[in-house]
Amino acid sequence: MSAAQPLEVDPTAGRRSGRRLNPSLVVGGLLVLLVVAMALVSFVWTPYDPTLVDPTSRLLTPSAQHWLGTDKFGRDVLSQIIMGARTTLFVGFVAVGVAAVIGVPLGILAAMATRWCGELVMRANDLLLAFPALLLAIMFGAVFGASTLTAMIAIGIATVPSFARVVRSGSLQVMRTEYVLAARAAGRRPMSTAVRHVLPNVGSLVIVQASVSFAIAVLAEAALSFLGFGTPPPTPSWGRMLQESQELLFSAPRLAVYPGVAIALAVLGFNLLGDGLRDRYDPRLEDRR
Amino acid sequence: MSAAPRESATATADATGAGRDVLTVADLTVSVRDTTLVDGVHLSIGRGERVGLIGESGSGKSLTALAVMGLLPEDVRMTGSVRLAGVDHDLVGADERQMSRVRGRDVAMVFQEPMTALNPTMRVGDQVAEAMLIHGTRPDRRSARAAAVELLDQVGLPDPGDAARAYPHQLSGGQRQRVVVALALANDPALLVCDEPTTALDVTVQALVLDLIVRGVAARDAALLFITHDLAVVATVCQRVLVMYGGRVVEAGPVAEVFTRPRHRYTQGLLGASDLDVVDERGRLVTIAGSVPGAGRFPAGCVFRNRCPHATTTCEQTPAWTGPDAASGFACHHPAGTAADGEVVSRG
Repeated sequence: MSAAQPLEVDPTAGRRSGRRLNPSLVVGGLLVLLVVAMALVSFVWTPYDPTLVDPTSRLLTPSAQHWLGTDKFGRDVLSQIIMGARTTLFVGFVAVGVAAVIGVPLGILAAMATRWCGELVMRANDLLLAFPALLLAIMFGAVFGASTLTAMIAIGIATVPSFARVVRSGSLQVMRTEYVLAARAAGRRPMSTAVRHVLPNVGSLVIVQASVSFAIAVLAEAALSFLGFGTPPPTPSWGRMLQESQELLFSAPRLAVYPGVAIALAVLGFNLLGDGLRDRYDPRLEDRR
Repeated sequence: MSAAPRESATATADATGAGRDVLTVADLTVSVRDTTLVDGVHLSIGRGERVGLIGESGSGKSLTALAVMGLLPEDVRMTGSVRLAGVDHDLVGADERQMSRVRGRDVAMVFQEPMTALNPTMRVGDQVAEAMLIHGTRPDRRSARAAAVELLDQVGLPDPGDAARAYPHQLSGGQRQRVVVALALANDPALLVCDEPTTALDVTVQALVLDLIVRGVAARDAALLFITHDLAVVATVCQRVLVMYGGRVVEAGPVAEVFTRPRHRYTQGLLGASDLDVVDERGRLVTIAGSVPGAGRFPAGCVFRNRCPHATTTCEQTPAWTGPDAASGFACHHPAGTAADGEVVSRG
């Protein structure tokens, strides 16, 4: 007797492009694309030199010449925003990159290693978690000199524990599934189990954590710039624009609104993109939508 | 041990058409801290032989299977000996590196829950292909992929090419279990261990998957260790059966023998409980009194004596194994079928 059950394979299986796009992916993707486009454009063109100080045109309101007006030094705000996109992307990718590259393997190791070894890693993790990220960044700035790179490496290191923690709890769950047992039963080595089974199954957690950390890194850069340990002047940064607008908050609130909106949109874009990517590339979530 | 019994064993094995034993488990004991979970299990399976391991939940069946695979959790200790034909070291005490060479190639396992036994983020064809690539039984990815599709065809998945490109969630439970069987058979293992492979499936699909396992094993002349609590499944799949209770093998023998003339009171109870035509004077189905005690709370002596209607003070002593060898016999002070039921028969 032959086993002829009908095979209900989704006809779009293997052709993911055929699947419906979800709105958070589209909106998030567009916002991120906007930031990326601004950063790329800034390499070849900005309306004015964003660092050019012009005392004759201070605090101009938006006009045909200066679309978003000028700040207290007479610099063109739009040019600074466009240039600042570079800093924002740089900041986000360095901080999240450092955190993910160290945190994800650490989390998987803590979940797969023997119990005491895992505990050791996680307690060391807690120690680092208890240390304020900004303080670490200031220390790094004091030791290695204030620059965006050192500040963001410090923020990245301070974000390692949240990655490690999320990845470890996800990995522990994966380690208890039968397919990991089955992988061991099939003779798979621990290293290849980690890469082929554990990592892809905690991928959605990593993406969500990365989008959250990205937002935190952008805000941390703003805070550090305020304290003088972030992006040193005159390189434009949305965070520092926000800080410089502070003293004029009542006379020219628009100077705070523009970089604020830029930061909010970038953070929103990355969060939506993270959610959208997770929904799209996690096959298990497909049926729930 | 002299050579004589060994020769006779080989002779009988040859007479039945089976070769040297594929799996030989001797005095296997599994314990966690002070609690013994599996106690002195002896078990051997020849080539092409299908052996069932039955018992209630908590009787140590699955632990025995995991011990054979070397997949016990890290805080669980095992002693005794597990030998596999073609592997020149004992699997007990072998390190992870040695075990990963054996697992999947010489011995493979089919798990209970097809919903979770496949990686949800990998296409099933790739999972089957990788099972072969791990042990290098196919030279490259391309030929492994082709072999995987062929294997999926063998296990009766229609459109195996499409099925290979599907993710596990796109397949039904029965289809997934077919993939799991294909995965286990990918490297033509000498021994296939199945841990309740059909418990999670409905009855019609169950029959198809069982048929698949039996045919797959027969085609490879492999040995089969089949764990279940379903007596009907054992009767259709297996030739020999071991009955486990409280971490011990309480009775063993050919399926027909054990099922028609059970000797151990537990086997008798198990068979009685599975007969839905027999009711007692109050019209209730026959059951075994009480429930399986938790690990470590089994009585000393005969592990079944606190639930056994025939238990006496003699049962405080551990009953000796009665029978020609480990493959056939029982361990009971008051076996069924020797005298009138209920009468106390003094024994060992």
